[in-house]
Order: sequence, then C-alpha cells, then structure tokens
Amino acid sequence: MLEINNLHVKLEDEDKVILRGVDLKIGPGEVHAIMGPNGSGKSTLSYVLSGRDGYEVTAGSATLDGQELLEMEPEARAAAGLFLAFQYPVEIPGVGNMTFLRTAVNAQRKARGEEELSAGDFLKLVREKAKALKIDAEMLKRPVNVGFSGGEKKRNEILQMAMLEPRMCILDETDSGLDVDAMKLVSDGVNALRSAGRSFLVITHYQRLLDHIKPDVVHIMAAGRIVKTGGPELALEVETNGYADILNEVG
Amino acid sequence: MALPKVKEDALAARLAVMPEHAGKGWLAGARAEALARLAAMGLPARRDEYWRYTDPAGLISPEVSAAAPFAAGDETPIFDGIDRLNLVFVDGLFDPAQSDDPALAGVEIERLAEAGGKDIHWAQGVYGVLEARGQTPVQRPLAALATAEATDGVLIRVTGRATRPVALHYVHESNTSDAILHHCVKVEAGAALTLLESGPGAARLTKVLEVEVADGAEFHHIRVQGRDHERRAATHIFARLGARSEFRSFTLTANGRMTRNEAVLELTGDEARAHVAGAAVGDGDFHHDDTVFVTHAAEACESRQVFKKVLMNGATGVFQGKILVKPGAQKTDGYQISQSLLLDEDSQFLAKPELEIYADDVKCSHGSTSGAIDETALFYLQSRGVPRTVAQALLVLAFLAESIQEIADETIAEDIRGRLEAWLARHAAKAGR
Repeated sequence: MLEINNLHVKLEDEDKVILRGVDLKIGPGEVHAIMGPNGSGKSTLSYVLSGRDGYEVTAGSATLDGQELLEMEPEARAAAGLFLAFQYPVEIPGVGNMTFLRTAVNAQRKARGEEELSAGDFLKLVREKAKALKIDAEMLKRPVNVGFSGGEKKRNEILQMAMLEPRMCILDETDSGLDVDAMKLVSDGVNALRSAGRSFLVITHYQRLLDHIKPDVVHIMAAGRIVKTGGPELALEVETNGYADILNEVG
Repeated sequence: MALPKVKEDALAARLAVMPEHAGKGWLAGARAEALARLAAMGLPARRDEYWRYTDPAGLISPEVSAAAPFAAGDETPIFDGIDRLNLVFVDGLFDPAQSDDPALAGVEIERLAEAGGKDIHWAQGVYGVLEARGQTPVQRPLAALATAEATDGVLIRVTGRATRPVALHYVHESNTSDAILHHCVKVEAGAALTLLESGPGAARLTKVLEVEVADGAEFHHIRVQGRDHERRAATHIFARLGARSEFRSFTLTANGRMTRNEAVLELTGDEARAHVAGAAVGDGDFHHDDTVFVTHAAEACESRQVFKKVLMNGATGVFQGKILVKPGAQKTDGYQISQSLLLDEDSQFLAKPELEIYADDVKCSHGSTSGAIDETALFYLQSRGVPRTVAQALLVLAFLAESIQEIADETIAEDIRGRLEAWLARHAAKAGR
C-alpha cells in the first residue's frame, strides 16, 4: 500500500535537514505505529506525505499503490486515497462543517470520475456516521472546528475520515489533548474503519493510544530515521523504559 | 473664504458642459440652492482630507473617459428571480418602454422631471435637504452636483408596506455617457419598502439617493453595481432615521475602474437601527472606496458598518468610516468593521476608521484588518481533496460572509453568494499560485 524509500527532507527556507533516509513499507490492512521523542521528524513525515508547503524532498520516494505521491498536489493525494488526521485540526471561520464535508466528498468523487452524492444521500450518510462518533447536528452546522473542544476537533477528524473512506490513513498525535473517554470514542471510530483494504499509520508519543488502536508493527523514529522496528511489545518497552535505552542500543 | 483657483477652474470647466435645466417649480429652486452650495465648495481635489486615498480626477473631469458596456453573455440578470416593480434607466434617462407600470399599492412613484414643475411637492422636504445636511462636517461636492444637475431620477413616497420591491436598473449603452441621477425616497411612519438597484448606469455615474425613514418605518436597500471594467461611479446615500425605524443597505461591487460609494446616515429618533454593508471584489485596474459617516443624534440607537474587500493583481480598496456620537445620544451601540483580503502583494487596502464620541454611556467598537488568505486553512481543505481554486473560493466567501449576512432576504443573499463564487472561479486562474 504505502512504500517509503530512503526519504530525505529539509526545510525549504533554511538548511535544516529533518528526515534522513526514512524507509517504511505498510501492507494492505496493516496498522503501523511510529513512536519517537520530540523533534524526531514524525509530524514532518506526515506533512510531507500529505503535501504541505515548506518542505523540500532532497532524495527518496513515497508511493501509494505504486503511484508517486511526492509529485502530486495535496488534493490529488487525497483523491488517491491518502488521509491525514491533523494533530491540530484547523479552524475555518465562515465555512460550515457540512459544506466543508460535502465539498470534500464530492471533490474526491469527481476527481475519481464517480458521480457526486446528492444532497439527500449525503445528509443521510453524514448523520449516520456522525451518530457513531457522538457528533450532534449542532456541531455539523457550526463553522469547521470553530469553538470545538479538543475532543470535538479530533472526533471531527475521524468523521471526515469516515466520510472520505481513504485507503491509507495517517493519524498525527490524535491522542494529544484527549481525555480518557474521548480517546476511547476516537479509537472506536478508528477501529470501526479497520478493514482488509485500509491501512493506518499512527503517530504517537505514548503507548496508551496503542492500547485502543492495536498496531501490527511499531517503529521507533529518532533523528529523522526509523531506528528500530518490532511488534506491539516495542511500544510497551518505550512506555516502561523511555526512549533512552533504545536510542543507546542503536547508537 | 475664497475658493482656491484650481477648484474654481475645475468647477467652471465641469459646469460648462452641463445642459440647461429650464423650468420653474420647486425643483428649480432646489437646484439653484445646490449650485450655490457647490460654488462655495468647488469640486474635490486630491488635497482634501477625504480624497487623499482616492484621486477624484476621473470623477470630476469635464470629459468622460470611454468605458465599454460589459457583455454578461447568457448570465441571468441579477434580481430576475425576484417579483419586483422594474424601472429602467438607459445612460441616465428613464426609459418608460422598458419599465413596468409604476403602480404599486401604498407606493407613489413619480419621475423627477415631471414632479419637479409643481409648486408644492412632498419631495421639497427631502430633495437636496438631506444632501445639504450631509455637507457638514465633511463636504461632498459631487453630491451637491447631483442635486443641481440631475439628468433624471425618481421620487418614491411609501405610505404602506410595499408588497413588492421597487427595482431601479441602470443600463449602460454609450461608451461616453455621463449620467447624473438623483432619487428621493420617503418612507412614512410604519411603512416599509425594499429598493433594489442594479447596473452600471453609464460610462460615468454620479448619483444621490436621499432616504427619509419616518418613525417605525423600514427601508431595505440592496445594490449591485455593474461589472463594466472601465466604468466610473460616485454615489451617495443620505438617510435620516426616525424613532424605532430601520435602515439596511448592502452593496456588491465587482469590477469597475473607479467607485466611490458614500453613505451618510443620521439617526435622529430613539431606538433607530442603521446597517450599512458592502462586499467588493476587484482584479487589476480597480479602485473602490467606501466613505461612511454615521451620526448618532438620539438615544439607544444601533448602527453597524460591515465592509469587506477582496483585492488582487494591484487592485486598491479604501475605507473611510466614522461614527459620531452626539451629546445626549446615550446607550448608543455602534459597530464598524472594515477588512480586506489581499490575494497578492501588489494589491493594497487603505483604511481610516474614526470614532468621535460626546456621550458617556455608549458602546462603540471598530476594527480594520488587512491580510492574506490563510495558507494553513487552504492546505487543510486541499488535504481533504478540495482543489486549490475551490478551496480559495470557499475561504474568500467565508471572508465576505459577515457583509452578505446583512442582506435580510435570504434568496437574494444566496444569489449574491452564487455570483461571487462564479466571479472568483473566473478570476482564480489568474490569481493562481
């Protein structure tokens, strides 16, 4: 599904290298987690994959089902099936959440040559998905993320994921700012989307999110590279001993 | 005080090309008084305090710069979906053939030229009267010019709640037409009218609309200025509001070489409400100026000024807005916001917000901002699959939303949103990355 080879990235405006040869391969239906200390490049990886401005790829590639992602506009990556759940979902005053969702769903359908959803079908679908995430009609009517609590914003991200049905989902510190109940709700939303054809890359500092969203593979990232890969037990090791031991071990 | 020679000469040159306005009646007197006011002021010059940001040259010159009428193609004319009484002016002259029969229950409509010959007329209390009041403390010579030299206009007296809006549509046909219009509206106590205005009117349009809104009356005004790229316009609204009356005005401007829209609102009765708003979108050779003066002269009145401009490729936007709270105008609630969205670094927005308050128990706020499109929001939308141009249009419409919300009629508001969306789509390619 997602294949990253020897990815090197620096900041566009300064000589700061952030990713130094990332290699990662995620198969269909797999859930991978990336953990790592602050500044290791985890969020940068998610931004570069989704096409945010400000980064320069100096070497390497990233493909989704064989398609080179790094050459594509962000909207084309989305239409190809990539989705990033933001660490800090953006507030957009003046744009209604419903309008936003419908514009996004139909833009992707159009890009894929599918028929746009009618207003009625869309409404039915969004109500059904929103209900599962405990998102009420009021939240759907409000401007995108404006006045939403931290938990509401993250639930809104998962709602977008549920509506857009991407095949490759990246969750960037989705657990940050969530209390225990909200984390459970968000995780349930994610788990409901798990399927044989859909893969996840979960970026997190902490093991606790991985109690809810159980990963198949755990990677440790440090200084712009993946330094260790293992099973779920690796996350537990981090939780108990911190990153220091692992980083010392890999030198 | 003697007029500076440059102003005197400019006025003499402008008046030299004006036709004679023969006739007797009340209108001749009103015209003569306006001419005297104008002679004392002269025409505006760049050095005048309220013309620093806008060069009046193209608005005062004796000759009109050529402007070709805009070909809208097969686009539905604005307000076509609204059941309205249509009055059409072509290059500044009323055209009865294209207009509806001016019969509407509770509304008297007369052509200025026809009513002006009478000895006594209700419009005597309005025509040139509100304009003259609006000349202090800030002079508005082009308004006096429109009172003195109007080529045509309508007088509308509303005695009931009008069942349909009255629509004034201004057609521009000749490349060098120079139209001067002056309308008066008097909404009697408890009565209500919606006035729609559309079209460029001429290569150059100088216009005054005076509105007397009596106690408990309502006046709603929605205007869409024509899309001709080279047209010039200097328009003025003078309104006086009685107790518990409501005045709402919204203007959409897309394109136009030069537009100066002045609004002078005076709240003279307690608990009156005045809302004036504008949305302007300009690409390239576009200069748009909103100059607003709101006077609170009674208690517990509310006023709102909401002006938004989207500028690209070197377009210029100007906002000069003032709230004056007179002594004794306690419990005033005044709000003013002017904002521009600059889609590139070549465009500019010049703003002069002013508050002058002589009462101690008032709430007045004002704000002015100028900014670029939010790149983070743009990326967020793109990352959800929304193409960049569509995302940009969504954000621009969101920026304009607060001004469009001032339109009470949701059908018209929706239509205007749609037209703005189409305009943005046409201009998005140029704005690009």
